[in-house]
Amino acid sequence: MLDAIVASFGNIFTVKVILMIIAGLFGGLMAGALPGLTATMAVALLVPFTFTMNPTEGLIVLGAIYMACIYGGSFSAILVNTPGTPSSIGTTFDGYPMAKRGEGERAILIATFSSAYGGVIGVLFLLFLAPPLASVALKFGPPAYFWMAVFGITIISSLASKSILKGFIGGAIGLLISTIGIAPIGGDVRFTAGFPQFQGGIELIVALIGFFCIPEALTMISNRTQKFHLTEAKHKGGILFKTFLEVMKRQGNLLRSSILGTIVGILPGAGGSVANLVAYNEALRVSKTPEKFGTGIPDGIIATESSNNAVVGGGMIPLVTLGIPGAPPDAILYGVLLLHGLRPGPELFTTHSEVVYTFIMSLFVATILMIPVGIISGRLLHRTVVRLPIRFLAPIIFFLTIIGSYSIRNNVTDIYIMLTLGVLGYILKRLDFHPGPITLGLILGPIGETGFVQALLMGQVLPNKWMIFFIHPLSWVLIILSLLSLGWPLLMKKFSKRWKIKEMTIDEN
Amino acid sequence: MKKYNVIIFLMVVLVGMTFTSAALAEFPDKPLTYVICFDAGGESDITARIQQQSLEKVLGVPVVVVYKKGGGGAVGWSDLMRAKPDGYTVYGTNLPHTIVQPMTRGNAGYETEKIENIYMFEFTPDILAVSVDSEIKTVDDFIKYAKANPGVSVGGSGQPSANSLGCEAFGKLTGLKLTYISFTGSGTAVPALLGGHVKALMTYTSMAAQYPDKIRPIAVAADKRAQALPNVPTFKELGYEFVEGAYRGVAVPPGTPKEIKMKLEQAFEKVNYDPVVIKKMEDLGFIMEYYGEDASRALVTKLTDYYGQLLKDLGLLKK
Repeated sequence: MLDAIVASFGNIFTVKVILMIIAGLFGGLMAGALPGLTATMAVALLVPFTFTMNPTEGLIVLGAIYMACIYGGSFSAILVNTPGTPSSIGTTFDGYPMAKRGEGERAILIATFSSAYGGVIGVLFLLFLAPPLASVALKFGPPAYFWMAVFGITIISSLASKSILKGFIGGAIGLLISTIGIAPIGGDVRFTAGFPQFQGGIELIVALIGFFCIPEALTMISNRTQKFHLTEAKHKGGILFKTFLEVMKRQGNLLRSSILGTIVGILPGAGGSVANLVAYNEALRVSKTPEKFGTGIPDGIIATESSNNAVVGGGMIPLVTLGIPGAPPDAILYGVLLLHGLRPGPELFTTHSEVVYTFIMSLFVATILMIPVGIISGRLLHRTVVRLPIRFLAPIIFFLTIIGSYSIRNNVTDIYIMLTLGVLGYILKRLDFHPGPITLGLILGPIGETGFVQALLMGQVLPNKWMIFFIHPLSWVLIILSLLSLGWPLLMKKFSKRWKIKEMTIDEN
Repeated sequence: MKKYNVIIFLMVVLVGMTFTSAALAEFPDKPLTYVICFDAGGESDITARIQQQSLEKVLGVPVVVVYKKGGGGAVGWSDLMRAKPDGYTVYGTNLPHTIVQPMTRGNAGYETEKIENIYMFEFTPDILAVSVDSEIKTVDDFIKYAKANPGVSVGGSGQPSANSLGCEAFGKLTGLKLTYISFTGSGTAVPALLGGHVKALMTYTSMAAQYPDKIRPIAVAADKRAQALPNVPTFKELGYEFVEGAYRGVAVPPGTPKEIKMKLEQAFEKVNYDPVVIKKMEDLGFIMEYYGEDASRALVTKLTDYYGQLLKDLGLLKK
């Protein structure tokens, strides 16, 4: 293994390969920052170009694009409150409030360092612990996926800090929207109102653009402020180094989020969209000041951005060892490997060890190079958005929403769906419903439903089919986690109330 | 007034010229769009990618693969009904999907007969497979196990699909009680088998070719053995009249001119004889087929009768 790693450095550190990585990073950043172009789409679009390259170079470019795309999603999340990819949903919670305060550049820098940190951790796990970790992916059967979705839903209780009830209503709206279309199991047609276009259901990206982007743009227009620009840019000297130290001081948050991201990445069917919200939730839970989350604090961005980039390495663990894609973009990488005659699995490490290790090490190099590339493009983008008057910015955002929602499935209906959801999102936002829980329901609905129906089918051989949900120890772990996650904020509220009462009585004295 | 007449006359001539030149120009003279109605990275995508380079060479124009996924392919195929019939957009099609969806859904958005397949290029038979460390080694072992454990779980991709209907048909043929568990793709069914969550898979030959050290195919539901699995017997060899699987082809929008359809048919046929394409397809477990337009139509008619009867027996036909 060591000599393969050393040999791989010879392959990577050539002018051509480094330039290819940098080009891939820039491309990935742009795709990531544009809502509608997800990492999966960006990687798929680039596949034909890799035909002319040798397999190693092709994989290197695609890996760099994937890594940068997940990171690039934070730009639009921070600057215009719209996650560029589903992996950056949680970044909007604290990133955008920071940008509004004029700290957009700082937020982008935090995202940059956290993303690189998470990316490196994920790749380290891929490099050293791939075979033992891959077996985790197989332990998750349908009942475990169901409970995982339940656990995911409980995150709402801490996401919706203002009103837990409104949070869960939002989650339920998301779950209901996710049932539109052909049932994932069984193939029944549901809630399509007779329109064949609805058979495909509501695409997550389309809903994300609708729920996040449109309400934001509408708010921009309807806030008849005298303000010419969206935010004021406060320029501070030495911000780069100061932010770096600030991020690196939070090792606990960085490590926890990166490991969570790696684990979620390993599980097939769950990717960065789940990881970033789980990491946000956990960061909030262990924080001494949970009430500050959502007001624009670095910890929120650190959690989401380090976890989603850790998914990149994590998702490749089952891919290279078992041939099972961990996250959606990995499915495309799997196709590329097959097309080049490289069959993922243990033999890939022995017969094509140089290809594999060169690819893994190139991810490492790409993650490090992402820092300078990200800082340069992040600053440029930040300045553009900040300097652009709202009367230009709002129409540009509207334009991008339409392009983005069309391009995901090349479907005009998606534009109408996006606009409808956008108006709905604006109304809900006015009523204080946060888009976070709604999208969480939308993400977890299919995972939970698939697990639920499959498990019930499997349970038919048991004396009571519902037993299937409780016989595996893994199910119990997830059930206990769910209960903890659900109860924690309520407990905290009770305690903090008691503290507050104490404080008040002290004050009165 | 006269001046305007001259201008109008010139414009008419000009427009006329562009039209005739368009008709005279050799098809194709611009990029061809190849629409895949499934996820990027799936098997339909992989087969299209294998064809892509060879197809570009044969047609002499770039071939762009795009995705219009959703509803098990139905979203894309209902789009096909309304696409421009100029031959520059072809859609990947799958059987039995385009036959059973309109039979089981209220409004699938398309009709089976309106999908004009110009070429069906491969067949992926069903296989019955177990995990490599399973005690089941033959079809007899499986039947013995299934008799002792009624309701044994068999995973597969989609419902209704070649896997689910194959599972039902095999259960009917052998009198076994099997519980079919649908997964959202062949790729997600494999980990369920490896993790021991299902006992067996009714999956495709391609999965056995892609995971040779993890899953053990015990029989192939085809007329002849698969190139990639020379040691695996067919059900027919073992005395079971069971043939089932999925075909892939390409279709053009309804109303595409005959000459253009013929050109595309010939192009896809040529691609199918390209040794590089054959090698890559067979290595991945796909079986090459060479159904031209007429043969494809006959195949669809034959399979429509078969699946109509099967769905009726299973009580799955739409009311």
